[in-house]
Formats: sequence, C-alpha cells, structure tokens
Amino acid sequence: MTSLPANPGATKLGLVIDLDICVGCHACAVNCKEWNTGGHSAPLTDTDPYGSDPTGVWFNRIHTFEVVNDEGDSRTVHFPKSCLHCEDAPCVTVCPTGASYKREEDGIVLVNAEACIGCKLCSWACPYGAREYDEDAGVMKKCTLCVDKIYNENLPERSRVPACVSTCPAGARHFGDLGDPTSEVSLLVAAREGYALMPEQGCAPVNRYLPPRPKAADQSETQAAPLSPVETGEDSAGLLARWVDRLLTR
Amino acid sequence: MHPAKSVILFTTASGAGYGLIAWLGILGALGLLPADLGLGLLAFALGFGLIVLGLLSSTFHLGHPERAWRALSQWRSSWLSREGVAAVATFVPAGLFALCWVVFGRNEGLAGLLGLLASLSCLVTVACTAMIYASLKTIRAWHSRWTLPGYMVMAMASGGLLLQALLLAWRLPIGTVFAWLVMLLLGLSLAVKLLYWRALAADDGGSTAESATGLGQLGQVRLLEAPHSESNYLMQEMGFRVARKHAETLRRFAIIGGFGAPLLLTLLSLVLPGGFGLAVTLLAVALLAAGLGVERWLFFAEAKHVVTLYYGEDRV
Ligand code: SF4
Ligand code: SF4
Ligand code: SF4
Repeated sequence: MTSLPANPGATKLGLVIDLDICVGCHACAVNCKEWNTGGHSAPLTDTDPYGSDPTGVWFNRIHTFEVVNDEGDSRTVHFPKSCLHCEDAPCVTVCPTGASYKREEDGIVLVNAEACIGCKLCSWACPYGAREYDEDAGVMKKCTLCVDKIYNENLPERSRVPACVSTCPAGARHFGDLGDPTSEVSLLVAAREGYALMPEQGCAPVNRYLPPRPKAADQSETQAAPLSPVETGEDSAGLLARWVDRLLTR
Repeated sequence: MHPAKSVILFTTASGAGYGLIAWLGILGALGLLPADLGLGLLAFALGFGLIVLGLLSSTFHLGHPERAWRALSQWRSSWLSREGVAAVATFVPAGLFALCWVVFGRNEGLAGLLGLLASLSCLVTVACTAMIYASLKTIRAWHSRWTLPGYMVMAMASGGLLLQALLLAWRLPIGTVFAWLVMLLLGLSLAVKLLYWRALAADDGGSTAESATGLGQLGQVRLLEAPHSESNYLMQEMGFRVARKHAETLRRFAIIGGFGAPLLLTLLSLVLPGGFGLAVTLLAVALLAAGLGVERWLFFAEAKHVVTLYYGEDRV
C-alpha cells in the first residue's frame, strides 16, 4: 500500500544531525555503505568502480557548504544528508506498485525490492535526493534507517543504532524517537533549536538538523601576525645560503 | 530533468493516439462521420498503434518491465498507477467501438455511446499522464497550472490533425468544418505553451540553497564541495541543463515550426485541390510531430529539480 499509514503510530524514528560538530570526514557515508551493502537493500552496486567514470549507490552523502554573513565573514559547514523519513512522504504516495511504503509502527520509509518496477518516479518526488536507483538491479534503493541493525537481537544492545550513528568519530549523529517529546533526541532538538529541511516542500521530515553554534566574535580573525614577504635582496641571506641557492638554481 | 527518449516518445505518441480515438468517438456519436470501413481500419490501426507504441516504450524503460502489472494497484494515491489503470481500461470501450465500426459498420446509436465512453477514457488517460508531472511539487516547471491544459490540447490537436489527413484522403464531406476545429486546437496549443513559458519565466522559485540547508540564518549559502568527485544517479537524472541559447532556438522551432506552420498548412489545404490538400496536410503532420518532440524534450530539459540546490544551484 503506498497510501501513507491512516493511523501512524506515535513512534517516529529518525536522525538528529549536529552541523556544529560534523567535521566532514565521510566516515558515516562509508560505514553506511559498508553495512547496507550486506543488509536489507543489498547490494549497494558500484558501476565502473575502478574505471574512469565510477558511479554507485550511496544512502548517505556529505555535502560541504560555505556560509558568508553580511560582514563577509565565512564559515564552512559540513552537511550529511540521507533519507529524512518524512511523515508526508511524497516518494511513497507516487509509487504505482506499493513497493515504497512507510511503516506504521516506527515511521521508517522502505522500498520492497521484490515489487519495485524501477520507474524512478519516487526519486523525482523526493525533494532531498534521498533515493538512488540501482542500474544493475533495476530497482530503487534508499536509507533504511538500518532497520536490520536497530532491531537486531544478535547484536549487543548498544550496537543497535544505525551504522552512521555508531561510526561517527565526532558524535555528530544521534538516533532516537522524535515522536516522543521526552526522548533524548527530542530534548536535544528542543535545546539546540533543531530544524527541518525545506519545510516549504510540505513533506514534514522527521530528521532534524542542529544549527552550527554562533562563532565567538574574537575567534573570527586569526590572532597570528600575517607572514611578511620573503626578502629576496642579495644581502638578505648569508654567504653560504646564497652559494647553495646559486648551486641549486643552476 | 534528463529528457529520456522513451518518455518523450511515450507521451507524444500515446497522446496523439488517444486524441485520434477520442475524435473518432465524438464524431461517430454525433453522427458526423460515416462508418466507412477503410477509414475505420486505418484510423483505429493508427490510433491503437500509436498508443501501444507509447505504452511499450514507457514499459521498456522500466527497471523491471515484467512487473509492470503491479503498477495497476496503487490508484488510490499514485497518478502513475491511475494512468496505468485508465490506459488498460480504455482498451475496452475503444476496442468494442472499433469492432462495431469495422465489423458491423455502425458508429452511431448504441455504438456511438461506446464511442463517447472511449473518448472519455482517452481524455482521462491523457489527463492522468499530465498529472504525473503536474503533481510533483519538487519540479516547479511541471507543477504549473498550464501542464494539464497543455497535455490535453496537444493530444487533441495531434490526434485531430491525423484524422484531418485521413478525412482528406477519404474525401469525406466533414473535411472543412473539422479542419477549422483542428486549427483552433493548434492555436490553443501554441497559446498554452506561450503562457506556460511566461509563467515559468515569472516564477523565481520557491526554494533556495538557504532553505534546503536551513543555514540561511547564518548568511548566504554556497556549495563548497560536492559529496563526491564523480557524477551520481541524482545528477544524471535531475541535474540536466540546457543552455539558454539552445532552449530559445528550440522554443522558437516548437512554436513556429511545430504549431504555427501546421496551422497555416491546414488553412492552405482548404483552398488547394484534392491531392495537394492532402500533401500539405501530411507535411503539417510531420512538422507537428517534430514540434511536439521538441516541445516535450524542452518540457523535461528545462525543468529544474529542487535537489539541485544541494549540488550548487542557488534558487529553484
Ligand atoms: S527524504 Fe525523500 S525518500 Fe526519504 S521519506 Fe522524505 S521524500 Fe521519501
Ligand atoms: S521506482 Fe520502485 S519504489 Fe519507486 S515509485 Fe517506481 S515502483 Fe515505486
Ligand atoms: S541510517 Fe543506516 S542506511 Fe540510513 S544513512 Fe545511516 S547508516 Fe545509512
């Protein structure tokens, strides 16, 4: 059924991504690929991986933006993006086959690879670029919120979080129930004024982003004195240095 | 958006086929067209041929064509599914109507009723096709109020012009009245397309790199580094760009060569004697086919998807 759940449950599992902390190391993208290429939507096919034009399926990609304020002061923001498991997911309702669906119990949006005809319409409907077509398998793939990890009873309890969350060396990714206002992630979002991406698209994403903290004013310029230009005159260097220089430039 | 040949062929060919059969149904039911065997055979063969060609081309561009039947299941929420259902359903009244016409030599009365039903199904199918695009909020060029009227008038104009050529070939009396109708539809196609482009130019986009990242509070946002050094599916499918210069040339061709010239040629066919009238009408058909191909190519190529905001666009 590609209609959205009529009575969605209270649980809304999702990610909270801290843009203040993310250092743009791409570790989450790599571990996402690693876990998922053997998981629910496996494999995450790469075509021409060692050739001149490699492409492949990734569920998580890290963009880097520069933000320049009115004073011309700029900062770099690393920006990981995966499926936001939207409450009003247009990718689900456009699917003609019922392959795309949103789970009633936890809100995870998944693709049933057995039913997908590979029409790609869902990837057109998603504003966030969260769906990637697997040319080789002929079906659409997307972030599963590591559904095969977070409920996996073969794993120790502390490992039952998405691969991207457990691998982040900076602790920039959080996972939890955003439908419960008292959950750790919800409190974090409230405290840091977390926000949704492109609200004007009307998809009601579940994932939240925490904004970079304001820069401390006195840190915005480096305290070190600028380097002065190197003197190139004849007597600026010692005799030996000049001799070595002449020898090497010959 | 990437202009895939299969989808361009599908929307234009099936549009013309549905338009042609819709006209046969309407004219038959109104008793304006004799149930001529030769005309019926050729017109239905052409109409069904174009529809099937379109449907096949759209099916074969799927990742799993053998599962296409599954697309009939989600008509409650999906316009693509509705289109599939409508396309399949249309074969019933249209097939029966064709049978009445060709086998029993009847296209009015009860057969005419079937014809009307077939016409209605044809129109609904074309409308569903248009809505697949018009319902996508992510692509403002498609989420336009002119998308649906555009698909409708272009299907009726192209189907109509095909029928006009057949009528001339069969020297059927309705020729001149119908020719004016076809000219009206060609004019409407031209007008709707101009209005579509005007609306597109006036629309400065609803999403920005700032809203896409939510970083607008901090200042102006610019992509510094893409997530990967090589291309990916998203950029291949949704990052298509066409140079403004080329787009303008193509627009001019679609308007003048694709709609304007066929209109004038149809007018000319009215004053030319028999064989010449048919010849210029066939030329008009060829020009309209090329024009529609270009128009549809532009419909895709000029459409920008909001995901490109994550890949360097400022405003979409
Ligand atoms: S982010 Fe895209 S793929 Fe994920 S639920 Fe939202 S619309 Fe669907
Ligand atoms: S590509 Fe697959 S999942 Fe996406 S809309 Fe088509 S059938 Fe549904
Ligand atoms: S939740 Fe899992 S599938 Fe989704 S981005 Fe993280 S690692 Fe990838």
